[in-house]
Amino acid sequence: MPKDHGIGASPKRREDVRFLTGAGNYTDDINVYGQAYVHFLRSDVAHGKITKIDTSAAADMPGVVRIFTGADFEGVGSIPCGWQVTDLHGEPMKEPAHPVLAQGKVRHVGDPIAAIVADSLEEARNAAEAIELDIEELPAVVDMKAALADGSALVHDDLGDNLCYEWGFVEDNRAAVDEAIKNAAHVTTLELRNNRLVANPMEPRVALGEYSRANDHSTLHTTSQNPHVIRLLMGAFVLGIPEHKLTVIAPDVGGGFGTKIFHYAEEAFVTFASKACNRPVKWTASRSEAFMSDAHGRDHVTKIELALDADNNFTALRCDTYANMGAYLSTFASSVPTWLHGTLLAGNYKTPLVYTNVKAVFTNTVPVDAYRGAGRPEATFQIERVVDKAARELGVDPIALRRQNFISEFPYATPVAVEYDTGDYVATMDKLEEIADLSGFAARRAESEKNGKLRGLGVNCYIEACGIAPSNLVGQLGARAGLYDAATVRVNATGSISVMVGAHSHGQGHETAFPQVVAEMLGIDESMVEIVHGDTSKVPFGMGTYGSRSLAVCGSAMVRATEKIINKAKKIAAHLMEASDADIELKDGQFSVAGTDKSVAWGDVTLAAYVPHNYPLEDIEPGLEETAFYDPANFTYPSGAYACEVELDPDTGKVTIERFSAADDFGNVVNPMIVEGQVHGGIGQGVGQALLENAAYDENGQLLSASYMDYAMPRADDLPFYTVDHSCQTPCTHNPLGVKGCGEAGAIGSPPSVINAVIDAMQSGGFKVDHMDMPASPGRVWAAMHG
Amino acid sequence: MVEVTLKVNGKSVTKSVKGNTLMTEFLRDELRLTGTHVGCDTSQCGACVIHVNGEAVKGCTMFAAEADGAEVATIEGMASPDGTLSVIQQAFQDHHGLQCGFCTPGMVMSAAALLKDNPKPTEAEVRDYLEGNLCRCTGYHNIVKAIMAASGQDVSSIAAE
Repeated sequence: MPKDHGIGASPKRREDVRFLTGAGNYTDDINVYGQAYVHFLRSDVAHGKITKIDTSAAADMPGVVRIFTGADFEGVGSIPCGWQVTDLHGEPMKEPAHPVLAQGKVRHVGDPIAAIVADSLEEARNAAEAIELDIEELPAVVDMKAALADGSALVHDDLGDNLCYEWGFVEDNRAAVDEAIKNAAHVTTLELRNNRLVANPMEPRVALGEYSRANDHSTLHTTSQNPHVIRLLMGAFVLGIPEHKLTVIAPDVGGGFGTKIFHYAEEAFVTFASKACNRPVKWTASRSEAFMSDAHGRDHVTKIELALDADNNFTALRCDTYANMGAYLSTFASSVPTWLHGTLLAGNYKTPLVYTNVKAVFTNTVPVDAYRGAGRPEATFQIERVVDKAARELGVDPIALRRQNFISEFPYATPVAVEYDTGDYVATMDKLEEIADLSGFAARRAESEKNGKLRGLGVNCYIEACGIAPSNLVGQLGARAGLYDAATVRVNATGSISVMVGAHSHGQGHETAFPQVVAEMLGIDESMVEIVHGDTSKVPFGMGTYGSRSLAVCGSAMVRATEKIINKAKKIAAHLMEASDADIELKDGQFSVAGTDKSVAWGDVTLAAYVPHNYPLEDIEPGLEETAFYDPANFTYPSGAYACEVELDPDTGKVTIERFSAADDFGNVVNPMIVEGQVHGGIGQGVGQALLENAAYDENGQLLSASYMDYAMPRADDLPFYTVDHSCQTPCTHNPLGVKGCGEAGAIGSPPSVINAVIDAMQSGGFKVDHMDMPASPGRVWAAMHG
Repeated sequence: MVEVTLKVNGKSVTKSVKGNTLMTEFLRDELRLTGTHVGCDTSQCGACVIHVNGEAVKGCTMFAAEADGAEVATIEGMASPDGTLSVIQQAFQDHHGLQCGFCTPGMVMSAAALLKDNPKPTEAEVRDYLEGNLCRCTGYHNIVKAIMAASGQDVSSIAAE
């Protein structure tokens, strides 16, 4: 019988009621008295020198409040990068300036040049037309390998070349890996591109700046996954506003998927301009603007080599990757192809030697940063594609080859610096074979073939590192911030509770799931617990939501704070019952004295804390509010096995997903309904990457896919019902809830199985195709089959 | 400026609007009905689906001036005045058919239009009908399931909670 409340139950989401009735409060729904609107004049060329910008005629247009250009931001800070990667020579990465508005040069289509603040958006747009702008176009740097060739145009003239860094990991293993590959019985080599994606949360970014002269205080409402991070980055590094004079509010946010982590120029602009104009200033991105200003994801070009011995044991793996940074370094861009990618290259396998080399390259394209999975999908795709290719080359069963090489003992220290605490890869593969009905595949293939279609089966495993991360470790790796999280549990006099959390919910259902934990710990009804998030003036601190960290890190802080509450409440209860602290037990919201029938209710204790007429005032303070900061001891390592079955129409190249199954190990699960929803959504995005999506640039750096007319988003009729299972649970050993995180698994785990299935289908029809890059859209599939 | 008189969620409204004011702008900015969302600028995403004279319409594809004399329904009018959710809204909550909630108003309005014309749609019919509504969170699984459940069909054999 499933639980109906507490940890492990699936109560209906409380936030749904406001979203289902149109009562959500998204940033664009907020309007403040007297607000002006900003329209950004953006570059329509990829690379060029601004030779003239004259705003005088535009400034006289109706409704214009003020027009800003790069000159207004001289002396204002550069938009910072939050992670300094050290290259293989021990030198810091190159960090170009990233101005709020372009200064002298434009570096990608969409780079903001001028900002027109006006009484209405229409007037701002009209005035933009009147700005006299001359740009001397320069050759665009688009292809990463060409960008590193001698004589390439330079995205940033002052850097000398377009290489941000060359990173080697583990550099000490490099020679041994090369040697093992040279001496291997078999080496499988694969060259691939992990296609560039746009995260596309359905809510475009919005920023509303408000400045109060009364108390010299700035407030930014913004579509962010981590308002405290924005306050820190924008306040300390860009605008020079101390935290107590700056509030950042991220109210209901319509999806993030990584792209709403980062600090963006538009946020700094509206905050700056609202003070400069002494008026609130609002910006709402159009979808076209989102395509050319939201940080993109992925875009790695990789060669991977897997060495095997004569018994098909993996002996070494080498990966050489070019990672596109785009024109500027976005907030976490530098960490994605390095520490979030290179450390995962052991995968689920006991490959003893691993080396990865990453060249991070500046190009005249939109900055690239973390998108759902961030580095881990790229690692998983390479590993699981090369393993599949190896199995085909060797004529062995791809699942058997995986099983033979699984890591089976935990904890397991990989050759790429991380230690997996728990996992059971055999169990998830067993579960997958069951739920995907792999034994019935042959019959289903025969049926497809009878109808003139090809059918393919693709399987893959994945491992990811979530719950980022131990602060002292990531500090050594270059993170410029700690990566703990914080929670305050405020118990009110009558026993209800507000929990202020540093995590931000933008679809994950924290408002429902987090109270399940607190209520279970205290034995009270979940309806007595409310989660407060997304406002730096209400929440003490927090690093926000990304990397599947909310429950593992912030949830752990919440548990620690609740434990402090329980400890204090027990002291109060002991006083009320004239017993010893050590004898007090808390169960079902009642404090009792062990071995007696004496008890006091939760509400009696909370009331005593705030009305301390009978209270141990000499020993403890009144009130019942506790804060905890939790810094994880390790990453968490969710893992799993996925299977995809496709049908391929050989006449058109159209691939249809017929079945998709996912067996995940997320450790303990607080709300199974929400966890499964997260996996569904991740699979939707992963299948989107594999079959449909591609952010395309032409050779001049023009973004060809800048609307939903050109960028193929997955729609309901592109996707099937999924079969998902999370019953394999090896709890995380180092956080109090034993949870691992589930937000990114679907997006990490699904692309390789889709492509493995497409290859399987093609080969079953006699087509000699052993790889194709994503997306496997009909034209590309047909071309792959027919050369 | 054009004067328009229309009914929105059963309530009569008369306003002066500019000729180029989109229905979405009229609802959001003039009437403060912010449940109708704008997720794109090419009429692709469906976050702005409303009902005009009983038909599902993307609010970004019509001018407010075109709605003179029309009966318009938005997400704000779907629940009962006492707050009881409609069958479709309740099914979305029961089956976790929403995550961030941004596409949800459009999904609910599209679903209502579908079920009016086709009270027992198949899975394929639901997916086909939702072609004009994008969701980035759910992978559509629970949206399709919720709509089928709202039509009174047994969805217990569909995988997952």
